Amino acid sequence: MSILVVAEHDNESIKAPTLVTVAAAQAIGGDIEVLVAGSGCGAAGEAASKIAGVSKVLVADNAAYDHAVAENVAALIAEIGGNYSHILAPTTSAGKNFMPRAAALLDVAQISDISGVVSEDTFERPIYAGNAIATVQSSDAIKVITVRGTAFDGVAAEGGSAAVESLDSVQDTGLTTWEKEEIVKLDRPELTAASIIISGGRGMQNGENFSLLETVADKLGAAIGASRAAVDAGFVPNDMQVGQTGKIVAPDLYIAVGISGAIQHLAGMKDSKVIVAINKDEDAPIFQVADYGLVADLFKAVPELDGML
Amino acid sequence: MKVLVTAKRVVDYNVNIRVLSDNSGVDLNNVKMSVNPFDEIAIEEAVRLKEAGKADEVVVVSIGPGSAQEQIRTALALGADRGILVETDVDVQPLGIAKALKAIVDKEQPGLIITGKQAIDGDNNQTGQMLAALCGLSQATFASELELGDGTATVTREVDGGLETISVKLPAVVTTDLRLNEPRYASLPNIMKAKKKPIDTFTPEDLGVDVTPRVTTLKVSPPAERQAGIIVETVEELVDKLKNEAKVIS
Ligand SMILES: Cc1cc2nc3c(=O)[nH]c(=O)nc-3n(C[C@H](O)[C@H](O)[C@H](O)COP(=O)(O)OP(=O)(O)OC[C@H]3O[C@@H](n4cnc5c(N)ncnc54)[C@H](O)[C@@H]3O)c2cc1C
Ligand SMILES: Nc1ncnc2c1ncn2[C@@H]1O[C@H](COP(=O)(O)O)[C@@H](O)[C@H]1O
Repeated sequence: MSILVVAEHDNESIKAPTLVTVAAAQAIGGDIEVLVAGSGCGAAGEAASKIAGVSKVLVADNAAYDHAVAENVAALIAEIGGNYSHILAPTTSAGKNFMPRAAALLDVAQISDISGVVSEDTFERPIYAGNAIATVQSSDAIKVITVRGTAFDGVAAEGGSAAVESLDSVQDTGLTTWEKEEIVKLDRPELTAASIIISGGRGMQNGENFSLLETVADKLGAAIGASRAAVDAGFVPNDMQVGQTGKIVAPDLYIAVGISGAIQHLAGMKDSKVIVAINKDEDAPIFQVADYGLVADLFKAVPELDGML
Repeated sequence: MKVLVTAKRVVDYNVNIRVLSDNSGVDLNNVKMSVNPFDEIAIEEAVRLKEAGKADEVVVVSIGPGSAQEQIRTALALGADRGILVETDVDVQPLGIAKALKAIVDKEQPGLIITGKQAIDGDNNQTGQMLAALCGLSQATFASELELGDGTATVTREVDGGLETISVKLPAVVTTDLRLNEPRYASLPNIMKAKKKPIDTFTPEDLGVDVTPRVTTLKVSPPAERQAGIIVETVEELVDKLKNEAKVIS
């Protein structure tokens, strides 16, 4: 059995969700190869060859794969996919974009966002915003799978010495032209990588008030997240949304400030080790999942917290 | 231009679902069903394109049991012109849905297809991408802005790091994210009018598509319960607990 892991990378380095995906591949068991498709991605290919447990790295270096344009990356995966029993990618915005397309080109189902491996053809995945866990078995010859970033402990980024092979085939469909991006430059850890997260909701009232969370985050080395309501109201950008349809996080400590705890929000954070809720409404559902609840006005409690750290 | 939109019948997002005690699935008895919220956004976008004179017809498709007519009627009340139901009692999975939709696309030849990014029951986030693949069309997923040009569409996408703008050749499949628009509510007169709008019904067999599931659900279990926590009285107590009990800050 050979497993292909499609790497999440920025052409220079390999991103943490790739390491989690390799861990899921190890749980399935078999020879693990990593595909690095990008433009000027030689350094990422080299980095991938050092990942523990990887036997071969395939590097597809071409402008067609820049920004992981889905049509081209999916065509590439479909072209080489027949050689593998499983094809895995992280459940990131890139993986969610090209993997179902690759699966359809291969005429196989995709199993999205697995949280567990039962056997080589049976997997667990959350459904209904994590309110149920389905155990599903695939009858397809090739299993196309995306892997939940919080579900496995990533393998070591160093220690391996895989062979690096370059793929010359170029799949350029010409369907999509990448134009520009507005990527939020972070001085803080990324949400999905942070061990502490402090998130604000509608209770924050406006974007300026998020500075209250920033000073606490800076002291704790925390990332800042938000509820959908805070993003929809324009307090903060979309990449901060935690939840069923935003980012799934599971830090050691999650502090929810002015967030009611709708199931769609809980879906994104209830696997955190320790949850703190600060909310002025003692009946807010967030308290049902919180290890430590503080019923208080956030505009008083958060500055006080800041002063004690 | 004709716009094709999709409307899946799903358990309403406000319902707290319950796993059946025999672990065969979730309890769907007497549960409120609705149009998948991302599909409401898709319908709204299509209707706005029509109102802006950029589209001349909005066709809504649902695949599911006969009762999915209700969701098609909702879409018609929101401004879609006609509906297509692909009727089946099979719990069709995204690949099968995409195949059925491709058959409809072949028939209808739309200039643009808008689907939701994710159905909130299965949380698969696959169908739009699969449909685009099967039709050989470009795809613009997780859209928060859509602008039609001449033979192309410019789409802003919500990605992990922020926003990305791409230009796709038309016809294309666009999947909606939450910020694309704010769907309207159907007015009573429009609900009445919707009753007269046509709905065509086909079976997967009529369309010549195989919707047999490739994935079998062996069991459905409730998630691990979290232990109930405690209410602390003061910020000072909170900090003390985090330092000395949970040991998550120093
Ligand atoms: C299809 C769909 C997908 C969704 N996806 C997501 C998702 O991914 N993530 C997500 O978060 N939501 C998501 N939602 C939205 C979700 O249902 C809720 O609407 C949202 O999470 C509410 O955000 P909130 O808790 O910030 O706001 P609210 O529910 O309005 O809660 C605000 C809270 O702040 C408290 N508060 C107000 N003022 C103060 C104060 N001064 N001090 C202390 N507390 C205060 C209030 O008591 C209240 O509990 C989705 C919804 C749908 C339909
Ligand atoms: N049975 C269905 N009928 C109509 N549209 C569907 C159906 N299933 C999925 N879709 C569309 O595909 C989107 C993504 O669904 P999914 O891939 O299941 O998460 C949904 O938001 C719908 O727009």
